[in-house]
Amino acid sequence: MNCKDAPALIPAYVDGELDAAEADALAAHLQGCPECMRQAEAERGWRRAVKAGATRHAAPDRLRARLAVSLGEADAAMLAPRFTGWRNLAMAASLALAVVTSSGLTAYVLQPAEQDRLVQDVVSGHVRSLMAGHLTDVLSSDQHTVKPWFHGRLDLAPPVDDLAADGYPLVGGRLDYLDQHPVAALVYRHREHPINLFVMAAPNGKDRATASLAERGYNVVHWTAGGMSFWAVSDVALGELSEFVRLYQSRSAVSAS
Amino acid sequence: MVEQSRLVRFNAIAVPHLDAAYNLARWLTRNEHDAEDVVQEAYLRAFKFFDGYRGGDARAWVLKIVRHTCFTWLARNRPAEVVAASEEEIDEERAVATVNGARSDPETLLLQRLDSELLNRLIDKLPTPYREILVLREIEDLSYREIADILVLPIGTVMSRLARARERLQRAARGSIAPRLVK
Repeated sequence: MNCKDAPALIPAYVDGELDAAEADALAAHLQGCPECMRQAEAERGWRRAVKAGATRHAAPDRLRARLAVSLGEADAAMLAPRFTGWRNLAMAASLALAVVTSSGLTAYVLQPAEQDRLVQDVVSGHVRSLMAGHLTDVLSSDQHTVKPWFHGRLDLAPPVDDLAADGYPLVGGRLDYLDQHPVAALVYRHREHPINLFVMAAPNGKDRATASLAERGYNVVHWTAGGMSFWAVSDVALGELSEFVRLYQSRSAVSAS
Repeated sequence: MVEQSRLVRFNAIAVPHLDAAYNLARWLTRNEHDAEDVVQEAYLRAFKFFDGYRGGDARAWVLKIVRHTCFTWLARNRPAEVVAASEEEIDEERAVATVNGARSDPETLLLQRLDSELLNRLIDKLPTPYREILVLREIEDLSYREIADILVLPIGTVMSRLARARERLQRAARGSIAPRLVK
């Protein structure tokens, strides 16, 4: 190795792309040649400066949430031909089975035409959160950690209360995407069953009493209060989910009057 | 159920590279909203053609699709820019010979003045082929082999284009900082 061959190899050397023999030969030359060594140092200086200064843009939460939704939809669309019959059946079932009442909740039939898409979205959101292994973005049973996490990520501040004492511990929170809007997903657990509580802004929404229905084997409880629309979804029994909702409403003071 | 595991597998393989994908798209489109649209489209495309993924370097596979989607998107939405980029001479030959020009101590001073904002601006102004190769190498730390795979180029061309890109960036940095150093 000499000063004629060395300069051409310096960039690849600094990039760690020379094979071991070439790298050794060049390193030996650099030890004895201040001029080539200076070039190698300058090359390293540039790499460091660019690496330190150039921004690596991280994918925004918004994109992650949006992507999770569209991938779920694309997956469902690929499955669709097989399940058309099932889907029609499910829609009919949501009409027929919507009135489910226990534990004293006021229940009424949701209008399928009006709510069906949103219900589908809510249940899909729940299933996706379990499937993708992406239940929480912020994993904490501390309400004082979870609540501020949503600040700056959403333009609403959902009440976050740990209900561990009543058997519904808070697991964490997540940003999700429903009905083409970013929403807060609060994650609770009851006897190892996850409960997603989706909270979205409903600035002009009138308060609506608690309603429940079953969809694709999941129970869904919905209400609107204080300019926010709430959707609790889980595979726990409806009685337990309703109890959860009752506890959440009384602790956070968000229930329809 | 077999189909469900397809989404789960895709999530496990492609989603970990979402930051790399977004970063590349962001640098290529130079706009965050466009980058989001491009990445969204690229991931849906990747998911659609997931059966064609035969294992191997998942990041390179994802970035290749993102890059392709980016250029398709740019051709559709900003045709003028694509034409400008393709007309930009990319001299692959001269590059290696010129990369190691004379350097001395002012270089150190220069590097100290090269703050993040200026550097980002200078990279943004580079022609697309130089910008993308710098992003892949200097920011994403990809190997020559991976870059060759993503750009569909021989390794020799990767090396010469990278050298040229670095030279262009350094020249631009000197051009914008050196006059201030003289004062």
